[in-house]
Amino acid sequence: MAKIEIKNLSILFGPEKSRAKKMILKGKSKQEILKETGCTVAVRNANLEIEEGEMFVIMGLSGSGKSTLLRCINRLNEPTMGEIRVNGIDITRSSDKELLQIRRKELAMVFQHFGLLPHRTVLNNVSFGLELQGVPKQEREKKALESILQVGLKGYENQRVDELSGGMQQRVGLARALANNPEVLLMDEAFSALDPLIREQMQDELLLLQEKMKRTIVFITHDLDEAIKLGDRIAIMKDGVIVQVGTPEEILTDPANDYVTRFTESVDRGRIVTASSIMLRQPIVVRVKRDGPETILRKMRERRLYALPVIGNDDQFIGEIHYKDVLNLRKEGGKDISPIIKKEVPSVLENTIVEDMLPLLSKVRQALPVVDENNRLLGVIPPSAIIIEMTGKDEKEIEEIIQNAIDL
Amino acid sequence: MINIGKYIEIAINWMTEHWAHFFDVVNNIIGGFIDAFQNGLLWIPFYIMIAALTVLAWYKAGKGTAALTLLGLFLIYGMGFWEQTMQTVALVLSSTVIALILGVPLGIWTARNRVAAKIIRPVMDLMQTMPAFVYLIPAVLFFGLGPVPGAFATVIFAMPPVVRLTDLGIRQVPEDIVEATRSFGATSGQLLFKVQLPLALPTIMTGVNQTIMMALSMVVIAAMISAGGLGEIVLKGITQMKIGLGFEGGIAVVILAIILDRITQGFVRKK
Repeated sequence: MAKIEIKNLSILFGPEKSRAKKMILKGKSKQEILKETGCTVAVRNANLEIEEGEMFVIMGLSGSGKSTLLRCINRLNEPTMGEIRVNGIDITRSSDKELLQIRRKELAMVFQHFGLLPHRTVLNNVSFGLELQGVPKQEREKKALESILQVGLKGYENQRVDELSGGMQQRVGLARALANNPEVLLMDEAFSALDPLIREQMQDELLLLQEKMKRTIVFITHDLDEAIKLGDRIAIMKDGVIVQVGTPEEILTDPANDYVTRFTESVDRGRIVTASSIMLRQPIVVRVKRDGPETILRKMRERRLYALPVIGNDDQFIGEIHYKDVLNLRKEGGKDISPIIKKEVPSVLENTIVEDMLPLLSKVRQALPVVDENNRLLGVIPPSAIIIEMTGKDEKEIEEIIQNAIDL
Repeated sequence: MINIGKYIEIAINWMTEHWAHFFDVVNNIIGGFIDAFQNGLLWIPFYIMIAALTVLAWYKAGKGTAALTLLGLFLIYGMGFWEQTMQTVALVLSSTVIALILGVPLGIWTARNRVAAKIIRPVMDLMQTMPAFVYLIPAVLFFGLGPVPGAFATVIFAMPPVVRLTDLGIRQVPEDIVEATRSFGATSGQLLFKVQLPLALPTIMTGVNQTIMMALSMVVIAAMISAGGLGEIVLKGITQMKIGLGFEGGIAVVILAIILDRITQGFVRKK
């Protein structure tokens, strides 16, 4: 069972919700609904399943409905239609009393502009959630100190929060959420108000923290780089609709539409795309002990390849064989190809990122072999694919560049 | 001719007749409160009172105000107005306390309820802009002569700033703080007492300061219905054409106003 399950969720703002509801069911557009009923469709037919222990990022530009969707999970915004299940319980039907308990025990939220109480100290801010639950002072301060320690704020307990920098204030916000020991953390553009350096640092620390605590985190951002860095999975929203859900790599390598593609263009793909998504599966190979010089030459000529990977029994990757070596072997009348196999060729694993393949590029003759842990050949990557990923240029442009270089 | 006055008169007369018992109870409670307050202030020897207020002024508003408090109060004592001054302080502060007891909850209500705000705001405008003399007649009808009707008229005139500034203070609490508080499972009461009121306190204190100032401006008017105090001295100066006496009473009111203003403003800053 998913930790959080959102089913056919729509959120409308405006006067004539019941009429707008019917129009949504009929599939009318956002503009039509606004024109006829004056209702804004903030979120439309959202479906999501967020697994336990997952860092799930919802990404979209401002006005895409991402924050509204997040606020539905703890019902700071009331959903108009649809279901939200937390631990299998539909919270849209919860009474006010049950809702208070859910907010106190299961969900905690971190806000873009921190939402701290300026008249209180760090300690009293962090223990605020427990104070609302009526936890005795001593106990709540003990727990608060623990989470202050977790976010690296030790020694600041008695400072007033309005004396702290933005990054420090957001640590207080995070500590306040953690002190409640919630199952789910809702983070609404939590790092967007911080300057870039502090932001990266906070992202790193959140990742470290998450490695230890393994909570379910729903993180909202408008920044795809942040989404890719943090997210186990990402949902991309546009105009209230979820356009695509997937792992960062799936989104980069297989964008659902032009909108997502445009987003992904500016991303540093070299650090996200791995060998497995750009390699050619089932490449042409030479099987040692089975293929002789004639067969190999024919394979090479057919595809105009100068080198081929050689595999042994069980698809074990052995090395590479080169066109001119095979020609020489045939001239000499030899049949056994073993002596001419070049064994010192680089290979990469499936999860190697493109950036790490760059240094190997100069040693690649025809294509970079990809192997698994047991050294079995899974596929090959042509150098052009690596360059395409790094430069963002398409194949044609790259061919032109190579052609020009050869002409020189 | 449209005779609105007739209907108001009928209403007031009806209230005087039918709510007489209620007004008696109120009269006794508030009258007792003001009397006790006044007696308490007069029981303290003047030099101790002056010393205490000077120290308080030093704490809350600094050296200058402390010096002014010391000299000003001695001047009042020297002019022979000590008793009247303490009467006025008792009336002004009692009225302020009543205005706070009524005004703060009203302000909270208007901040949280749109319908309440729509009804109460114009009533506040009316209370503040209606010439204060007008309240004196029903005040006398309800409570007779003395400090209680004076306090009644003063409360009506001086309450609006507390209501308005409490309302404003609560509305000014940043939305993200309110949202964060709700997200952690705060009840509506917890939101009010742990977040909204503490954050609105400086604004509410400004309202308290305004209310005290407006109550002071009512002392001469209240004296017309025998509320006593410094207002009576000024009034005597006017009715008997005693220019000197009128100014002396006026100077005492000004001194009192400056001291109360600076000290309460000191409270605003400290919070």
